[in-house]
Amino acid sequence: MKQNNRGLWSFLNRDVYLTRLVGLMIIWLIFMAIFRFDRFYTPISFQTMAAQFPEFGLMSLGIMLCMITGGIDLSVVGVANFASISSALLLKEMAYENGVLPVYAIPAAMIFGMIVGGLAGAMNGVLISKVKIPPILATLGSLELFTGIAIVLTRGKAVSDIPIRYAETIAGRLFGVIPMQLVFFVLMAVILQFLLTRTTYGTKIYMLGTNITAAKFSGLNTDLLLIKTYMLSGICAAMGGLIMLANYNSARADYGTVYTLQCILIVVLGGVNPAGGKGRLGGVVLAICVLQMLSSGLNRFPQISSFYIPLIWGGVLILVMVLNYFTENKKIRESSNDSNTKKSA
Amino acid sequence: MLVKKLMRQNETYIFFVIVLLAFVIQARSGQFFTPNNIVDLASALVVPGLMAIGAFMVIISGGIDVSFPALASLSIYITTSTLLDMNYQGGMLLPIVMVCVLGALFGAVNGFLIAQFNLPPLIVTLGMSSVFRGFMQGALNSRQLATIPEGMSSFGTSALFVAQNRTSGLSSRMPVSFLILIVVLIIIFFVLKYTMFGRGLYAIGGNETSARRAGFNVWKIKFLLYVIVGVIASLAGLIRVCMMTQCHPTNMLGMEMMIIAGVVLGGTAITGGTGSLTGCMFGTILIVMVQNSLILMGIPTFWQGVFLGMLIIIGTGISAYQVVRANDPARKNLGRARL
Repeated sequence: MKQNNRGLWSFLNRDVYLTRLVGLMIIWLIFMAIFRFDRFYTPISFQTMAAQFPEFGLMSLGIMLCMITGGIDLSVVGVANFASISSALLLKEMAYENGVLPVYAIPAAMIFGMIVGGLAGAMNGVLISKVKIPPILATLGSLELFTGIAIVLTRGKAVSDIPIRYAETIAGRLFGVIPMQLVFFVLMAVILQFLLTRTTYGTKIYMLGTNITAAKFSGLNTDLLLIKTYMLSGICAAMGGLIMLANYNSARADYGTVYTLQCILIVVLGGVNPAGGKGRLGGVVLAICVLQMLSSGLNRFPQISSFYIPLIWGGVLILVMVLNYFTENKKIRESSNDSNTKKSA
Repeated sequence: MLVKKLMRQNETYIFFVIVLLAFVIQARSGQFFTPNNIVDLASALVVPGLMAIGAFMVIISGGIDVSFPALASLSIYITTSTLLDMNYQGGMLLPIVMVCVLGALFGAVNGFLIAQFNLPPLIVTLGMSSVFRGFMQGALNSRQLATIPEGMSSFGTSALFVAQNRTSGLSSRMPVSFLILIVVLIIIFFVLKYTMFGRGLYAIGGNETSARRAGFNVWKIKFLLYVIVGVIASLAGLIRVCMMTQCHPTNMLGMEMMIIAGVVLGGTAITGGTGSLTGCMFGTILIVMVQNSLILMGIPTFWQGVFLGMLIIIGTGISAYQVVRANDPARKNLGRARL
């Protein structure tokens, strides 16, 4: 009986991040329903939100993978811009004289962008696993490097006059209702969820994040795993960049520079432990949705400056971390109490 | 013996790189070893140098601080706008005191969160940096202040001496604030070397549990550390505003990564516990040199990012590789056999 109780308790405790986020989301939805029902609960408002968040949502998914292995990827925005600029230049190359794209152009440009992203990520992985540079520094350096290459490619200007078909397709709506950006995000999230929960790759990176020495002695090829993980992160970032390219219909080396910190914030809010080994995709996706709703909802109040958004995000992050501290401590206290009673019995 | 000792230190290599780079720039442009260029570099070093000292102390303790530019921007914005509202006419004393008190206060928030709840410093300072920014831009509705109090601007533009380049006729002022950098450097040098607080920083960075067992008051050291970093960063912010003679609330944001890169280039281990103030300064000088001297070499400025990125990757790569080699058991045995 007691065993059962403890099982339930640990289940609740394990899900505390999700529970908290769901609670926050419900409170916010109710708040918006009371004060701005007519302007928030419209199909268009939800479509706009769904078109916006995949940009940084995809990058957050990449950072999540790296954080599960105990690392971090600060270079996502650099990779995204690098990939989107390369694809934009390729698109312009492929367009005919009159600006019309051949049929194969859009898939080719997307695949090219993702290959660029994958290679950039693999470089991060090699630096981290083979050269043994701490992840935070390696990706900091490559952020600077990729942004630098992007600036050199564009000479610091925006790449514009991209054939309009690209933006129409990627920023369009599936069946006239669902934003295409959302489709890409969901696709990537499903693939990653499959990788994390149904393949040995997933189990291995959790193990790697928990204890890299133990993982190595268990016969895991940790170097290859790390390279794969950072490569996946690079591909996610490149997809984010391709969506940015469609949303703005131009590419520039300094788009989305605020996303780096924002993505880390999302991943931590979603319950991923920065020390590695813990975290689930569901929590991160939920955190992305909550933050998008918060910022879109705040936009419905014109008297509140949008500059309050970082204040609220930072505040929420720290609040959640402090709450986590109290829950973790409670857990430790309880388990030690348990063992004490057992000993005395 | 001395040479052998020097060759084992990271600082020596960084120093050689700096000298090499200087000669390359000199060969390409003939402008490096001119009095005004050296003075320009020195004056460009003041603000990043001060901030690097703060970042260095945090990294030594095994933490990392990405909030100091936002913290400095906030405290300097409050100081400047309050003094402007008061129509302040006096000298530098009040601004310095104000900015230090505010910096200590904001630093204490960081310190409390990190020391009390044992939260990862990266996440706390990330969150606080966004809180500081949101508070400045949202609650205080910050905008660019085109004028600053008279006392501050005259401090920023006053010179210790003026260096003249005879051939080009250009001249550069050595700012008085360079003295502040020197003073802070000396103070922190002694604090790190001769106080329990300073030794405690290294101890915590090496192994926090051992430090606690050895009797260091970890809570107090961590808290004090972030307070001091807040003060130093705010001081750097004040100097920057004085030298620019206007207060631009957002143009310091984003500096943190460059500063941290400089500190790590100087041989400070990002995991904490090892590193020297000399190395930290050398690393920062290298970054400032790359930022300032590309134009002298005739390389368009948009190459700057590529160069800095390569510098960080190669620099940290070499030191990381050295650690790997030092830990290699085969080589360890070899060393012992030679003894």
